[in-house]
Amino acid sequence: MKKIEAIIQPHKLEDVKEALKGIGIDGMTISEVRGHGRQKGHKEVYRGMEYQVDLLPKVKLEMVVADERSAEVIQTVVRSARTGKIGDGKVFVYDVAEAIRIRNDDRGDGAL
Amino acid sequence: MPNRVVWVALLAPALALAQSIPSATETRISNLEAAVKSAQSAGDNSWMLVSAALVLMMTGPGLALFYGGLVRRKNVLGTMMHSFILMAIVSVIWAIVGYSLAFGEGLPFIGDLRYLFLNNVGAAPNPDYAATIPQQTFMIYQLMFAIITPALISGAFAERMKFSAMLLFTVLWLFIVYFPLAHMVWGKGGLLNAFSGGRIPCFDFAGGTVVHISSGVSALVCALYLGKRQGYRSEPMKPHNLVLSVIGACLLWVGWFGFNAGSALAASPLATSAFVATHFATAAAVLGWLLVEWLRNGKPSVLGGISGAVAGLVAITPASGFVQPFPAMLIGFIAGIVCFFMVTTIKSKFGYDDTLDAFGVHGAGGTVGAILTGVFATMAVNEGLKDSAGKTLPLGLIDGQPGQVLNQVIGVAISWGLAIVGTLVILKICDVLVGVRVSSDQEMEGLDVSMHGEEGYNFEA
Repeated sequence: MKKIEAIIQPHKLEDVKEALKGIGIDGMTISEVRGHGRQKGHKEVYRGMEYQVDLLPKVKLEMVVADERSAEVIQTVVRSARTGKIGDGKVFVYDVAEAIRIRNDDRGDGAL
Repeated sequence: MPNRVVWVALLAPALALAQSIPSATETRISNLEAAVKSAQSAGDNSWMLVSAALVLMMTGPGLALFYGGLVRRKNVLGTMMHSFILMAIVSVIWAIVGYSLAFGEGLPFIGDLRYLFLNNVGAAPNPDYAATIPQQTFMIYQLMFAIITPALISGAFAERMKFSAMLLFTVLWLFIVYFPLAHMVWGKGGLLNAFSGGRIPCFDFAGGTVVHISSGVSALVCALYLGKRQGYRSEPMKPHNLVLSVIGACLLWVGWFGFNAGSALAASPLATSAFVATHFATAAAVLGWLLVEWLRNGKPSVLGGISGAVAGLVAITPASGFVQPFPAMLIGFIAGIVCFFMVTTIKSKFGYDDTLDAFGVHGAGGTVGAILTGVFATMAVNEGLKDSAGKTLPLGLIDGQPGQVLNQVIGVAISWGLAIVGTLVILKICDVLVGVRVSSDQEMEGLDVSMHGEEGYNFEA
């Protein structure tokens, strides 16, 4: 099993979800996160107090899929999240040791 | 003989009728007078009760939201509590002794105890202040001003003052600063009361000196005495929720109609004039602030817009019942620009941590407004000032009374002086008795948890 963790632009979330649904991936966990890579932030001013904001809002998608599906999922995420501009985000892939469905103790691919 | 009897018999009812005609008319006229009086009282009283409610709404939720949104997430409840608790504590003190000290006729500096425990404050009007509404209405209306004034100060000590010290500070501040100043400016025989035999006649329609200078200047003293927040200018201290602040500022704008137009103390044309002046001044102040901000920073901010609105509302407060719409706009516009520089350039030059700019907006805006009132006040708007023969007297510089500007400056100076000295003494007392500032750990943790044992936003709820 592979865990695919994608950090994307918040406004691309719907596109990515739709594309994943298109290839039969329904399960995922998302969270609102902040971060930056090479992308520069912006300046905010509150009553004369200036703040350089480097950490920008992003969305993190996490999903675990069977090994044989991972290449297809990664390609789908990358394609649907891309705008071609700096700040599009990154995808990280991890090996997963085990997956357990809490409801009935299913293990492995069957738990996904 | 029988003829005379007939005559008398005929005349008797006619005479009786002739006598009864004037008395019936008189009765009807006096009934009519009573009905007219009662109709006027009903009109005035309904407006004043609504105004009282509007002014209370300025503190809660208006100011609570405005200030609450500007602080960091960990201090949102503590900051809102600074406004909310005053709705309770000031009310009780006001009923016991505050109203009497402010509005009882006593010395030029402070009232007496004639209205202690609201004694004799009932349905009968008090013609010294408002002849057409129950004195109880006048009393509850004035209470709302006493509530918001100390709440305004809390903007300066937000995020770092102990709750116990804040309570003690507020109570002492009412007695040492607010009640005397309200009496001097508005009380019968008060030193600065232009309309009731004050020796230094000042015009302050709705509280430029009593409310805004007193609170704004006291706020500066608090900011200097308490010192800066930990991490000031090194850690980010962005407003945690400007949406709350926008809602709060808009509620302040609406509530301010009760504050200023209500200060006419009647549903009169003067109330309309104050309402109109208030609105136009505020609109112009928004534009003034945003214009300068846009030119200097390249972007007009929402926080700038709402701060400009409050600056305009503050500045027009003393002038609202004395000036025409276009001078009102000018006052607002000037205040918007002045307050922008106060909270940006001036504050950063001197480096004091006036957390939510209570001084920069209320102290500065109040001072600008009070002085400009002496310039633009006109008898074309307010005919309240009369000589002994009952002739209406000219008011400000534009009425040909340049001396009024000087009177206003003296009134401003007295308010500044009382606020500075009074607040310093009170802070010393509070510091000795309970300590004014929270511990470093409590400050890091935030006042919501350290002072009140709760959080504004609960993730798991």
